Amino acid sequence: MSASLVLILLMAALYAGGVYLLLGRSMTRMLLGFLLVGNATNLLILIIAGPAGLAPIVADGVEPSEMHDPLPEALILTAIVITFGVSAFLLALIYRSWRIARADVITSDEADVAVGGADSSMDDEESTEAEDGSGEDTEFEGRAEAKAP
Amino acid sequence: MIISLIGFALAGLVLPSLTARFGPRMFVVAAAIPAAVFVWLLSQIPAVTRGETPTELHPWVPQLDLALAFRLDPLSLTMALIVTGVGALVVLYCARYFRRGEDGLGRFSGVLLAFAGAMFGLVVSDDIYVLFMFWEATTVFSYLLIGQYTAKRKSRGAALQALLVTTAGGLAMLVGVVILAVESGTTRVSQIVADPPQASGLITVAVLLVLVGALSKSAQVPLHFWLPSAMAAPTPVSAYLHAAAMVKAGIFLIALLVPAFGETPGWRPLLVAVGVLTMLVGGWRALRQHDLKLLLAYGTVSQLGFLTVVVGYGTRNAALAGITLITGHALFKATLFLVVGIIDNRLGTRDLRKISGLGRQAPLLAVVATLAAASMAGLPPLIGFVAKEAVFTALLEDAEHGAPLGLVALIGVALGSVLTVAYTARFLWGAFARKPGVEPAEFVHEHVDFLISPAILALASLALGIASPLLDPLFGRYADGVAPLSGEALAASTSATAAGDTVEIPDAAHLALWHGLEPALGISAITLVLGLALFAARTRVSAIQNRVPSLIDSARGYSRVVHLVDRGAVRLTRLTQTGSLPIYVATILVVLVAAVGTALALVGELPGSLRPWDSPAQLPIAIVMGVATIAAARAQKRFMAVVLVGVTGYGMAALFALQGAPDLALTQALVETVTLVTFVLVLRRLPSAIGQDHSRRHRIVRAVIGVGVGILMSVVAVVALGSRIAEPISLRFPELAYEGGHGRNVVNVLLVDIRGWDTLGELSVLVVAATGVASLVFLSRRSSDMPRLGPETERPRWFARRTRMAEAPVEATSSAGATPDGAAPSQERGNQRTPWLLAGKTLAPENRSIILEVVVRLLFHSAIVVSVYLLFAGHNIPGGGFAGGLVAGLAFVARYLAAGRFELGEAAPIDAGKLLGFGVLFAGGTALVPIFFGVDALTSTWFEAELPVIGHVEFVTSTLFDIGVYLIVVGLALDILRSLGAEIDRQQEEDHDDEGDDEAPGAHQINTLSHTPDSPTPDAENSTEESIR
Repeated sequence: MSASLVLILLMAALYAGGVYLLLGRSMTRMLLGFLLVGNATNLLILIIAGPAGLAPIVADGVEPSEMHDPLPEALILTAIVITFGVSAFLLALIYRSWRIARADVITSDEADVAVGGADSSMDDEESTEAEDGSGEDTEFEGRAEAKAP
Repeated sequence: MIISLIGFALAGLVLPSLTARFGPRMFVVAAAIPAAVFVWLLSQIPAVTRGETPTELHPWVPQLDLALAFRLDPLSLTMALIVTGVGALVVLYCARYFRRGEDGLGRFSGVLLAFAGAMFGLVVSDDIYVLFMFWEATTVFSYLLIGQYTAKRKSRGAALQALLVTTAGGLAMLVGVVILAVESGTTRVSQIVADPPQASGLITVAVLLVLVGALSKSAQVPLHFWLPSAMAAPTPVSAYLHAAAMVKAGIFLIALLVPAFGETPGWRPLLVAVGVLTMLVGGWRALRQHDLKLLLAYGTVSQLGFLTVVVGYGTRNAALAGITLITGHALFKATLFLVVGIIDNRLGTRDLRKISGLGRQAPLLAVVATLAAASMAGLPPLIGFVAKEAVFTALLEDAEHGAPLGLVALIGVALGSVLTVAYTARFLWGAFARKPGVEPAEFVHEHVDFLISPAILALASLALGIASPLLDPLFGRYADGVAPLSGEALAASTSATAAGDTVEIPDAAHLALWHGLEPALGISAITLVLGLALFAARTRVSAIQNRVPSLIDSARGYSRVVHLVDRGAVRLTRLTQTGSLPIYVATILVVLVAAVGTALALVGELPGSLRPWDSPAQLPIAIVMGVATIAAARAQKRFMAVVLVGVTGYGMAALFALQGAPDLALTQALVETVTLVTFVLVLRRLPSAIGQDHSRRHRIVRAVIGVGVGILMSVVAVVALGSRIAEPISLRFPELAYEGGHGRNVVNVLLVDIRGWDTLGELSVLVVAATGVASLVFLSRRSSDMPRLGPETERPRWFARRTRMAEAPVEATSSAGATPDGAAPSQERGNQRTPWLLAGKTLAPENRSIILEVVVRLLFHSAIVVSVYLLFAGHNIPGGGFAGGLVAGLAFVARYLAAGRFELGEAAPIDAGKLLGFGVLFAGGTALVPIFFGVDALTSTWFEAELPVIGHVEFVTSTLFDIGVYLIVVGLALDILRSLGAEIDRQQEEDHDDEGDDEAPGAHQINTLSHTPDSPTPDAENSTEESIR
């Protein structure tokens, strides 16, 4: 089957714009990018569904092959509603971030940065005993029945 | 044998709680388990000596040909006897060694017994994978046992070191084991050994890999360093794991495989070289130690090298010597460790420089130790002597036959034996001798019960030495299975051994104390003299030792490797975990483009073709959407960007409609509207400009990635569509929908019936999202009720303020004739009745639009009716639960926008959470109920009836599912309005209140009037939050 050039170009534009926004540091932009990418993906499914057809509603004289493929439609419908739910959630996140930190910008994760910090190392474990070399040659220091001189 | 294993496992599970409760005396009870197994094994000796092989087979994973296969051949019987015998005595010894209330004693007892079980399993397993599992289990248990003193850093480090070194070897071994099993076509060790795979490069590699595992486990140079470090373990552990059992596992594996793979290229030179080197390095280092336990540890390293040479040598007589040496070493080394444990327990030190005159204080202990030490040095009439004689004889024999390796091995082990004699003397002198300048030890007195275990072991060394000819039949049977007499004679008798023929080969050595005046005896005598001389010259020797740098310091190598891995990990983390979300997302996208792009490029010719458009109308829509997309990406104002993205959404709805998807068009348009409103609700609190947070270079990179993804997805779309050559399954859907689902709208039937599970999953996402929104916005509590009007007294503080504020302007402006209706006066009359329009009470007049309020009030119920119609009609025409729910949601949105949050509370007096719950109940119930009727979940059925007046009525059960969908969508919309609308309003007012309170607590009302955007001054409409009303 051949694809509609117009739709393909539009989808590319939506993806490009969406990704561009998604890569920003502003949460609002990221959410808008998310929506654009969502639209682009719905369009992708629509393109793959094949050429235009009649609405998939059973009626006399309408053959299944004349209809637009109902399966991708159901998938897109699901996607639309889920995108809505997720973007509402993201909006709530944005609001909360703004209310608490007065920031709409994603800053670098401090924990991640700390892991890669210059002085972080695995072997700086705190020891729970005095490292003065005592008890090196015994398990019974001070508890043995007769302490050696 | 499986019963023994189960016994060990149960003991390991039960003991921790028992020992924690009853203290160390539980060890006496625990010792009964290995002791019982030991006795049972003793009863098997006659049969095994006769040549029988008791076996057991319990299928485990038949698909993988994995079975719990066990067998007792002479070698595994010998090892099992050592493991259980020494094990029982060591466990018994623990009862005196530890004190009540010691930290982690419960865990220790359980792990010790579990280790004994794993070790027993290791030596009796006949399945190579099961053997490997037990192998790794001993490693893990040894980790726990070495790290017993968890508070000591040294102890933890030693445990980790032993674990890392032996599992690294184990990993190499696993590769070898898999190759061997695959190439042999069986996982049975006995079959692999009896019928080894054809020699090839692959087999050589596999065998060498297995040897790496064996050598690391048995602490051979250069991987020997973990064993001395492991002396941080409690001494009974050292006696058991690091003398008798675990370190012997590698030797055992070599002994097990030598009959089949002894002639593999590299086997003998490698084992002889490594073994001799280890023996010399260990002995040399042992001479330097002051800690008696470390002295023994290096001595063990040395002896393990000795064993590697002898056991790996691969001639019949070397094998006989090897298995004898294994037994001898287990007996004397375990004894000596236990003796050191007693010394440490009594004196509180193991440093031979601090101990003096102990021999006189503790004569029994000295006798026991001397017996064992004599066996170690190879003095008659102990088993160590018998073993060493056998070794010298075997190697000498092969050297005489012209094998150069035999000569190398002989000289090596003879030199090693000199060192052994020297450090044995050093041990006895260090532990018991009276030293000038050191105050004699106060030993208190000897406890006989403490001495039981080492004494039995020492007496066994003596008894087996004297009775060594009795060992000959059993050990000889193993040796006969290994190889013919010498390397020379190998070729001649290969056929005989291959046929499994164990005919008595002439010149076969036998174990005995006295063979006559043989060269081996001479070598023994010479090593003894030289060793004692070395000890006598110990001051000079240690001076030399101090001058010679330690050539092989693999402990430092280990710590360097560990340090490098640490540093590398930190560097890699720093490289990949930059903490920047955009970089993470960009990485994912670049990988997507690179990976899918490469895949597409490699395919070469791709299916797919293009035509300009499906219908010309697509062109203008696409142009508008494209322009909106680009403008949205460049927009600097928040609302501008939101509206532009909304344009693309409505454009999608138009495209859906054109393509023949009315349901999608309807849902998309509705969702887009609700989304826009939601955006506005939140963004009114944010500044209107979106900060440009990236440099120009960043924007270019972002654009490049974006365009890359766009181009990639275009190609993907064309290829995906071009690849659709089969008949779509959806061709049958219309029939299915109509006949089976009883609905004409195929998409709706798909959602609620044919693919109902999908929708159920989607609904859960919506419920989670709605709950998430609510919990993010309601910072401190989840308010279950919508704010509603009630008696004045019950109103919270913020509402009271709001009311005051509303009243004030009403009164102030009444003279100007701007009072909109009788709301304010009616309120003054006393709240007897809820007014039709609520905003009069709750909103400042300049925020109100009476026309909007009235229109919304009038349209609201019609909208709800439409939504219900869409819900029920959706089965046959475009509509359904999603669309219906969204329409109802929009109706609530309108009420809220027109007249504020109290209006919303009046319009929807039900809690959003309850709506969501009922929705899930409906949808989930529809899915589950059919199960009770014996059909698949989500199966739908329908009822039809002719009712009077109404006429023909049909009802499909999947409609119930759609009702669930409807309720959940309405619940989501309400939750959004309640949280992002009403609650944000409230929080905003609260914030303003706080500002007012902070500035002038006494002038509350004036302040709120003059400082808040809600104030009646005309310029208030400039603020962002006003722009939506």
